[in-house]
Order: sequence, then structure tokens, then C-alpha cells
Amino acid sequence: MEKKNPEDSFQVKIDAEEKIEPKDWMPDEYRRNLIRQISQHAHSEVIGMQPEGNWITRAPSLRAKAVLLAKIQDEGGHGLYLYSACETLGISRDELIEQLHSGKAKYSSIFNYPTLTWADIGAVGWLVDGAAIVNQVSLQRTSYGPYSRAMIRICKEESFHQRQGYEIMANMAKGTLEQKQMAQDALNRWWWPSLMMFGPHDTESAHSAKSMKWKIKRESNDELRQRFIDKTVQQAEVIGLSIPDPDLQWNEQRKHYDFGKINWEEFTNVLNGNGPCNKQRMANHIQAHQNGAWVREAAMAYAEKQKNKKVPA
Amino acid sequence: MNKEKQWPLWEVFIQSKTGLPYKHAGSVHAPDAEMALQNARDTYTRRGEGNSIWVVPSDAIIASNPADAESFYEPGNDKIYRHPTFYVMPEGAKHI
Ligand SMILES: [Fe+2]
Ligand SMILES: [Fe+2]
Repeated sequence: MEKKNPEDSFQVKIDAEEKIEPKDWMPDEYRRNLIRQISQHAHSEVIGMQPEGNWITRAPSLRAKAVLLAKIQDEGGHGLYLYSACETLGISRDELIEQLHSGKAKYSSIFNYPTLTWADIGAVGWLVDGAAIVNQVSLQRTSYGPYSRAMIRICKEESFHQRQGYEIMANMAKGTLEQKQMAQDALNRWWWPSLMMFGPHDTESAHSAKSMKWKIKRESNDELRQRFIDKTVQQAEVIGLSIPDPDLQWNEQRKHYDFGKINWEEFTNVLNGNGPCNKQRMANHIQAHQNGAWVREAAMAYAEKQKNKKVPA
Repeated sequence: MNKEKQWPLWEVFIQSKTGLPYKHAGSVHAPDAEMALQNARDTYTRRGEGNSIWVVPSDAIIASNPADAESFYEPGNDKIYRHPTFYVMPEGAKHI
């Protein structure tokens, strides 16, 4: 048999739906693309804990508080699964955190919006987790083994996240007039940023073509966004809230909803650091990391001391 | 940035039920074995996924090299007599 160059054999494996594992040969650009995408995903899980954490102490009941705590703890776990998958590509946790702090690595722009009322916690679970699920279900089939396994684990946990959010929205929507207005207001503010979570249109997306060829991504931004819209419209109808898009309309020919223009200027603006909460989110993360430094050092010093004790003199 | 020493990496294996094999779940950072176990529990078993956990220092794991897979597994490939279907059974014999 004639010897193929490694890039060709790599693509043959990808085309045959075989997973790539950490020690397998891979093109440098595949590795770089994965590190960028997985770390961005991990950072999003962790930064996403902040807008929800904002409401832990003010949750309206003990049940709501326990649920919110469990949900946020899951998101921390998701971050850890993903950091762990990312580290198999040869980058250290320290480097990943440093890239977040320096701004070299991004996180989802959605988490730069504030959670103003309790209804926002409902909207975040329903819409933000809902959009994340559509994306993550698709990524279960990503070509990199550790990333795919992390996605499978995450998807098992996500449906509770979306359901608890939708439950909050449903309860508020059938509450007092004021509560219903709060729910509608939260939907109005979170709807468009949720659609932006899927990233730019396919024609504008910088990393898409290579990512699809290498099956890092399995479906395009626009396909995923459409799926999310098609699912969510009915859910809004059931609880009597209206999607804030006058152009939203069922298209019988396409068998999909048509929807209005997304404000990409806002998206770019928030991504570039000018959203309502960018500075606060990053300052919190840096501060928590720095404040924890002495704990990490002390635990390490203690472990080393214990180790030395065991070695007979 | 200050260069603090990163906590060592541990690989986590979980047995979901007694009698079943341990399966790799992912990894955690921890300063020692005890905290590795606790971190593994918090990270990978929040919903009763595990009945027992192993943590192993990542650098203690020796892995085969995928590039050598062909020659490494070759000795097993031509020994079809290791499979029960290799043998010709007399007509009519039952339960064998
Ligand atoms: Fe998550
Ligand atoms: Fe979630």
C-alpha cells in the first residue's frame, strides 16, 4: 500500500466518523482550533455562573434557592469537564486561565448582560441554556474524543437547567399582572442575545469552513439558530408570552420560522468588551482567582509536608 | 503573572455499580490523593453516577502509542484459533 501523508490519513479518519484521541497525530491548526473552541466553551460555563449567582441570596423560596445553587454548581462542573478535555491537547490550566484574564480567550457574549429581576433567572435557564443545549447536542458528535465525551456528560445535565428556567417563566406568566410583565420584560431583553449565542451568519463566520471539514462543528451557526427558534416559539405560546420580533412568522414552504434581522453591531460591541457587564465579570474572576492563591499554595505545601513525612529518614 | 505551582493532575475512574468495570470519566487537579477523591466526587458524581472512584496521578499512566498500533497488536491478528467459531463441531452436538 502506498504511504499517505498524515494530513490525508487524518481526514480519512474524520470522514469515516472515527474519533481523534489525544495521542493521535493531528494537524496543528486542528489542535489550535480545538483549544480555542473548547477553552472558550469552558470559560463561558464558568463566567456564566456570575449572572445567576447574583440571585442566590434573593431567591424567592428555599426550593428556588436549592435549585439555583445546584444549577450553578453544575455549570462549574461543566467548566471543569471542558478544561480537562482542553488540557489533553497539551495546554495547561494555568495558561487557559491566563488567556481568559488577558482577553486572548473569549467567552460567550451573552454573560455580559445583567440579571435585573428574578424573571431573568427564568429567562436565562429557558433561553440561554436552551440555546446552549441545541449547540451542545450537536457537539456530542464532534470529532475530538475528549470533547465529545464532555459534551455527552454535559447534555445529560442540561435538560434540568432549561426546565427549571421555563418553570420560573411559566409561574410568573400566570401570576399577577406585574409578574407577567416582569416575565415578558425578561424575554424581551434575553431573546436577541440568545440568538446571537450561535455566532455570526454562516457567510460571515471566520472559523466555520475548517471546523466543519474537520467535524469539530457538525452543524452551521444558522442551522442551529433556526432549530432553537423553531423549538422555542411554541414554548412561549404555551405560557402566553410573546417573542419580541414583529417579523417572526411561520414559513410553510421552508417549514421553519422566518425571523427579523439580528443586530450584529451590538454583538460585536459586546464581544469587544463594551457590554453592560464585561468589566465586572472579568474583575470578579480575576479577584476570585487571586484571592484563592494562598489556599492553593497552602494545600500544596501541606501535601508536600505529608509526603515527606512518609519517607523514612 | 506570578508563576504559582499548579496542582498535579489526576485521572478519574468511576464504577457506576458494584460488579461493573471502572470507566475513565475525566481528570481533576488536586494537591493530594484525598482532595483528588473529593474533587472527583464533586465534579463527576453529582447525580449518583458512582459507587466507587479511583484517582490515579496522570503521570503514572503509561499509554500505548497509536502510531505503533499496527505492529503492537499484530501478534493477535492472525490467531483465529483463539475464537470459538474456528472449530468444527460434529453435526448434532448440543450445548457446546
Ligand atoms: Fe452548562
Ligand atoms: Fe446549563
